[in-house]
Amino acid sequence: MIELIWLIPLLPLIGFLINGIGQHILPKSLIGIIGSGVVLGAFLISCFVFSEVYDARAAGANGVFTQEIFNWIQVGKLNVSLSFLVDPLSAIMLLIVTGIGVLIHLYSIGYMHKDSGFGKFFAYLNLFIFFMLLLVLGSNFLVMFIGWEGVGLCSYLLIGFWYTNDSYASAAKKAFVMNRIGDLGFLLAIFFIFYTFGSFEFATVFPQVKEFAVGDVTLTVITILLFIAATGKSAQIPLFTWLPDAMAGPTPVSALIHAATMVTAGIYMIARSNIMFTLSPLTMQIIAIVGVATAVVAAFIALTQNDIKKVLAYSTVSQLGYMFLGLGVGAFTGAFFHVLTHAFFKALLFLGAGSVIHAMSDEQDMRKMGGLRKKLPITYTTMLIGTVAIAGIPPLSGFFSKDEILAFAFAENKWLWTFGFIAALFTAFYMFRLLYLTFFGTFRGSQAQKEHLHESPATMTLPLIVLAILAAIGGLMNIPEAIGGGHKLANFLAPVFAEGQSIKGTLHVDHQTEIVLMVVSALAAIVMAIVTYIRYVKKGYVPKSDALEDNGLHRLSYQKLYVDELYDSVIVKPLNAFSRFLDRVVDRSIIDGIVNGIAHFFVSSGKGIRQLQNGHVGFYIFMMVIAVIVLFVYGIFSF
Amino acid sequence: MDNIIQQIQGVPLNHYLVFCSIIFAIGVIGVLIRRNVIIIMMSIELMLNAVNLLLAAFSSHHGDPGGQVFVFFIMALAAAEVAVGLAIIIMVYRNTKSVDIASLSRLRW
Repeated sequence: MIELIWLIPLLPLIGFLINGIGQHILPKSLIGIIGSGVVLGAFLISCFVFSEVYDARAAGANGVFTQEIFNWIQVGKLNVSLSFLVDPLSAIMLLIVTGIGVLIHLYSIGYMHKDSGFGKFFAYLNLFIFFMLLLVLGSNFLVMFIGWEGVGLCSYLLIGFWYTNDSYASAAKKAFVMNRIGDLGFLLAIFFIFYTFGSFEFATVFPQVKEFAVGDVTLTVITILLFIAATGKSAQIPLFTWLPDAMAGPTPVSALIHAATMVTAGIYMIARSNIMFTLSPLTMQIIAIVGVATAVVAAFIALTQNDIKKVLAYSTVSQLGYMFLGLGVGAFTGAFFHVLTHAFFKALLFLGAGSVIHAMSDEQDMRKMGGLRKKLPITYTTMLIGTVAIAGIPPLSGFFSKDEILAFAFAENKWLWTFGFIAALFTAFYMFRLLYLTFFGTFRGSQAQKEHLHESPATMTLPLIVLAILAAIGGLMNIPEAIGGGHKLANFLAPVFAEGQSIKGTLHVDHQTEIVLMVVSALAAIVMAIVTYIRYVKKGYVPKSDALEDNGLHRLSYQKLYVDELYDSVIVKPLNAFSRFLDRVVDRSIIDGIVNGIAHFFVSSGKGIRQLQNGHVGFYIFMMVIAVIVLFVYGIFSF
Repeated sequence: MDNIIQQIQGVPLNHYLVFCSIIFAIGVIGVLIRRNVIIIMMSIELMLNAVNLLLAAFSSHHGDPGGQVFVFFIMALAAAEVAVGLAIIIMVYRNTKSVDIASLSRLRW
């Protein structure tokens, strides 16, 4: 079955072609079936591939399989082939991408049912899955970069799906431009890698990296550039403002791209190149600091947001910050475990939010919701599970993944742990605030919305249930040894992170401290749940309307720390002014002036020369006289 | 004979030069400025005659008969040219009913 790796990305590509070409011809049901079916096929093959890797790992081998499709570029020293690499890391990513992809395709059949761009939506989704699979399957930096750029493109297409709305189109443009800034880092890193190692292939580069000393300058430069790329793709400070605006896209898009898959590409890339990062302690520190800062800042902003999708968007940025914190302190398995659990509960939360929005006739403001748990029982139950998971309350999955990261952070630097803990407190607070404002209390919407409230159809609730089960039991795959678990995921991923881990060093926090930390964070999350219950349910507090924010801290959080305004005044306005200058002065006056001037010169000289043949005999005679005089003078002077 | 020659040479050559140049210039200006084609023909004749006079003057001052022979040629040529020119003017008049030089610009298209 491992020979069928090439089929995994090919199936979504075929789905894209069929749905794209036939988007107005095929009936909606067929489009939905093809769109979901190809991803389901890719998922089934991924399961077989995963089982082979699992068997190989169980037998003690590294579980690495490669397959070359064709030799692509061969110029001088440059030798690049389109080839795929399957190892424990990419096998799990395959399952995440295709598995959650299938669920979201299924969900979209119900959610996008009334949209006229139904076929186009599924075509774009399939294209996205294709590029994401290229990204995770690529066996060299170049194929990964193709996938990297491709998912950025699909993100643009899908965020701006309802492009007739100006602000949605601007949000798509913003996402793409910010991604592009990161991509510049990736390109520069790739150039450096080729210059230093002579190849793009992982299997060639990484063994060579081992020869370098710790803290080597070249490696530090390369890793910083790669981290800049990850900042853009995975929405870290300073390139995170595109993700909340990306909520302009349909909710399945937010769930798939901006929760489960595309934004985790940065973490995947760093996890793949972990040997380079562990040999650059400076970069690891930068990653950890940026990660924890992003986690805290985004959680702080999420505390006061009133749009249900914006809360989840900032939550995603915050959780991604956690993952980068994990990578920065050497908890590679922990960070990747968090990718896995986050994919489950964040996709669940987004799809649940979509279900709520669908029931509320496209209302997204939580101040207009309330008391929905009677009308939307399945949505409520699954979102409750998701909220408990993300808050980090045991025994759900979020607890185990977050605690592994926090334990490593504690071992590295107490301040990192402190800020991570603060972010966890904020996370619990805003997630339960979301839950209570939406599902508890009295309904605060309009009468028309009240009559329209209904539970979503089966195509939408089935993925919710599946994801809720996964979010609940997902923690079982990596229970830490401190409480007697088998740490199965870490063992499975061991060969991928072996060299990196050996340089960085494994966790040296004794089991007792770990248990204490776990108990502290679990208790803190439960306390937060109770505090928010008292504030939002017992006391029935509802956030005020926009004009009335008074408290300074509150306004700072609500206005998203004025980051967008800062970027606007420091970067966007000068760039726009420069662009206007180039347009008016350089393009119109100078370049057009030169081009038009040349044309004008020829026209006017033509007009002048035309006078020689204007038919006036008197003029001809005059010209003859002048010519004779000129010849005469010339004759005299050349004598 | 010598008397006549001496008398003729009594007038310095410069006088003839200036005189003929002025006549020639008047002829040129007449060609350029006048609108009646017959007046233009007359101005052309004036130019030719100015040149004739100058040639004759040079010829008598240098004692070279070649100049006066050339004058004969010029006169014959002028006669032929006037004949042809007047024939053309008559045809132009028949076609455009005018002897104005600007009338010919209608031939442009």
